[in-house]
Amino acid sequence: MSTAPTLVVEDLKTWFYTKAGVVKAVDGVSFRAEAGKIVGLVGESGSGKTVTGFSIIGLVDPPGRIEGGRILFKGRNLVGLTEEELRKLRGSRIAMIFQDPMMTLNPVLRIETQMVEAVRAHVDVSEAEARRRARDALGQVGIPSPEERLKAYPHQFSGGMRQRVAIAIALINKPDLIIADEPTTALDVTIQAQILFEVQKLCRQTGTALIWITHDLSVVASLADEVCVMYAGKIVEQGTVDDVLDRPAHPYTHGLMCSVPSANRRGAPLRQIPGVMPSLLDLPSGCSFRPRCSRADGACLEPPPMAPVGPGRLARCFHPLHGEGV
Amino acid sequence: MATVIERDGIEVVPAAPAEAPFRRFVAEFAESRLAVVALVVLAMIIVAALAAPLISPQDPYDLNQLDILDGRLPPGAESAAGFTFWLGSDDQGRDMLSAILYGLRISLGVGVMSAVIAVLIGTAAGLAAAYFGGRIDTLIMRIVDIQLSFPAILVALILLAVLGQGTGKIIVALVTVQWAYYARTVRGTALVERGKEYVEAARCLALGHGRILFRHLLPNCLPPLIVVATVQVAHAIALEATLSFLGIGLPITEPSLGLLIANGYEYMMSGKYWISFFPGVALLITIVSINLVGDQLRDVLNPRLRK
Amino acid sequence: MTVFIIRRVMQSILVLFVMSLLVFVGVYAIGNPVEIFVAADADQAERARVIAALGLDKPLWEQYLLFIRNAVMGDLGKSFVFNQPALGLILQRMPATLELAFTAMVIALALGIPLGMYAGFRPQSRIAKAIMAGSILGFSLPTFWVGLMLIMVFAVELGWLPSTGRGATAEVFGIETSLATWDGLSHVLLPALNLALFKLSLVIRLTRAGMRENMLMDYVKFARAKGLTMRRVVFVHVLKNIMIPIVTVVGLELGSVIAFAVVTETVFAWPGMGKLIIDSINNLDRPVIVAYMLITVTMFIVINLVVDVLYSVLDPRVRLADMKG
Repeated sequence: MSTAPTLVVEDLKTWFYTKAGVVKAVDGVSFRAEAGKIVGLVGESGSGKTVTGFSIIGLVDPPGRIEGGRILFKGRNLVGLTEEELRKLRGSRIAMIFQDPMMTLNPVLRIETQMVEAVRAHVDVSEAEARRRARDALGQVGIPSPEERLKAYPHQFSGGMRQRVAIAIALINKPDLIIADEPTTALDVTIQAQILFEVQKLCRQTGTALIWITHDLSVVASLADEVCVMYAGKIVEQGTVDDVLDRPAHPYTHGLMCSVPSANRRGAPLRQIPGVMPSLLDLPSGCSFRPRCSRADGACLEPPPMAPVGPGRLARCFHPLHGEGV
Repeated sequence: MATVIERDGIEVVPAAPAEAPFRRFVAEFAESRLAVVALVVLAMIIVAALAAPLISPQDPYDLNQLDILDGRLPPGAESAAGFTFWLGSDDQGRDMLSAILYGLRISLGVGVMSAVIAVLIGTAAGLAAAYFGGRIDTLIMRIVDIQLSFPAILVALILLAVLGQGTGKIIVALVTVQWAYYARTVRGTALVERGKEYVEAARCLALGHGRILFRHLLPNCLPPLIVVATVQVAHAIALEATLSFLGIGLPITEPSLGLLIANGYEYMMSGKYWISFFPGVALLITIVSINLVGDQLRDVLNPRLRK
Repeated sequence: MTVFIIRRVMQSILVLFVMSLLVFVGVYAIGNPVEIFVAADADQAERARVIAALGLDKPLWEQYLLFIRNAVMGDLGKSFVFNQPALGLILQRMPATLELAFTAMVIALALGIPLGMYAGFRPQSRIAKAIMAGSILGFSLPTFWVGLMLIMVFAVELGWLPSTGRGATAEVFGIETSLATWDGLSHVLLPALNLALFKLSLVIRLTRAGMRENMLMDYVKFARAKGLTMRRVVFVHVLKNIMIPIVTVVGLELGSVIAFAVVTETVFAWPGMGKLIIDSINNLDRPVIVAYMLITVTMFIVINLVVDVLYSVLDPRVRLADMKG
């Protein structure tokens, strides 16, 4: 394609300066997101996937700071923009959806207020016009009788409905990029499936690029085009969903795939990756996954580079697996 | 761990040599320099109050040493006899510094005395409520709730209006105002402790009520009790001063800081500020230093409170 | 909701009953009611009249009923000093006290919320630390002494503001108030500031704590992700959330401000009911004391009741929880 991708992240470093030391929550992350495509960003809690999302939208609060790298949004570098320049992008060109719908809507403001302000923060339209757009957005995400629901307070909605409202708010200004941070984790499985389906549809229709942050590989499998697996602040493997999930190259991805319940024989103990993710303050030398890895040897004492392991695929490992399947 | 003894396949980690809890407590308290300064100031105030007769330049209530002609002299002035009033003199020609030292003695004495009595009553009530539960608990806590819904000054005012004036009566009023806080604190902590297994075990062993209450429950209530008591002593001192200033607290024969300030009130208008000002400063320093120490105590003892 | 209100009203009536019993016991059992309701210099006929009126020759429970009946009818005896019905005397002084308490509350809120918000928004800044140090001082300073210092600085040394009395009043909407004249305002400023100081510290601390807590919430991040300005996030989203606890606490503290007005009124010779009660205690004007006790206690119970009910009405979430429960 001739047009530039919606988002290119290059060697992003976001570090937190705490009393206990410097936490390198994101340490050299690179990936891209194309219009109308969905990128899954997978990792355990603490792997840096959420901080990556906040870095892109410019909401890293002190003691955190973007320490290096570039975030090219439609060719424009977002790193180093002023707060006001970032504010104008947030919610209009780049939107974000959060994990817990119970916490993201303000409990004491009407849905209407929270939607209208999102419009009027970016475009100079009348109250009535903003309200009309709010109503349309609610209808778009499948909320019945949106006109009446605008008057309601968040606590009058169920969790699933609240997340739909949050998605409607994210969509309201027709952004080019949406960052969704585990938006279905707190929901029932059936509602999760509905929302996944609808988000996918909306994204394809409008040509929005979507970054879907999750720890759940099955969500990524059914939703994403590309996937990036994060571990301890770094991307350890990336490629298309089919490639990565069917034939994981990095031992960590392989371990993750093995620990999905459906990949296990019924009645057999669940296979899991031994050990826990190391503290970001006290990372092992070389490969961060080394202490938990069955394939590790002396070579892994050096930090492995991101290296191609197939067409359009990268993995950060000296001893990648080759199509062993799960 | 340096040594891990393996016994029957189970790792047994030997207990770390018990770091003296008091040493750790002191170290944590000392983390705030402000609190340490406050503690030192408070210690000096207490020593000064205790030693007032020894260190005051003058016995302010020995009429032989007073000369009315020395009345209302500004700070630093000298009396006819060549005596320097560092903080000025009052209308009777009394050295303010000496009067303040004696006043501190009375203010602290009344405050601490009332706190001690209130701690005893409140602890007993709180322990009883937590340990026996049921109707006793409901009754005691209902009284506590009702009383705490009225401001301290109103309760004290009403009591003193009914009882009349006097040192004993103001202590009764201060105790009445305070006990409910202790009762609530002790009950809260004791309830948590009561639910724990070791108390259950003690009950199963059929240990007496007294033993469980005083050997098991009470020691665990001490840290929050100490914090509340520190704050309450400051409150009691301020309340006594206020009531004495209003003329319904201590009698004129017990000139606490509040009475000294009241005494200087009428001279304030004519610009003779020192008669009220310096006793007020002494009161302020006392209360602030107690509060600062209390704040730090709360932070240090917090892990216990948070449970 | 209705069940909650009914239960709460019943509770208040019970407390009122208990308090009236306590006052009765204080007056009739511990004290000598004849001495309390008859002036020392009254003659024999007057004594006999009062004894009959109070029913002191009757059993104690009948005396209590009579006491309550008199109280409900508004007959709480005559002031020895003013020779007026005690109840009327207090009601006459009440507006001045309420005016002072109201002004103090307004000052505490108008200064406390912005200062607390700043201290919570930039907790590490020097100004925030100064604000918090000031609030510790505000908690520690004895009200009466601060009042004296205010008089000394602003009335005696600088001569900017009058030190005592209420000043001229004017009628607004049928209420005599000194807030309607410049002279009255200049008189109310110092005492109200004095009375506000403690509550100001409280409001600062509450607001700061609420601010810090709310700024970390997801809804703030989400509001910022919508591209709202920080100003709108803080002044609309966060402020609305922290106002609920502040309003509750301030409502509950209104009673305590009225009680503390006793001190400020004495210092500034403000002609309210607080000064009246202190004067009455000093003059042994006991009918006024008894009337004051009953009135303030009732007032307190009513304030607590109203705040509780209001709170359940204000917060949409509490409303819902209550309906479920």
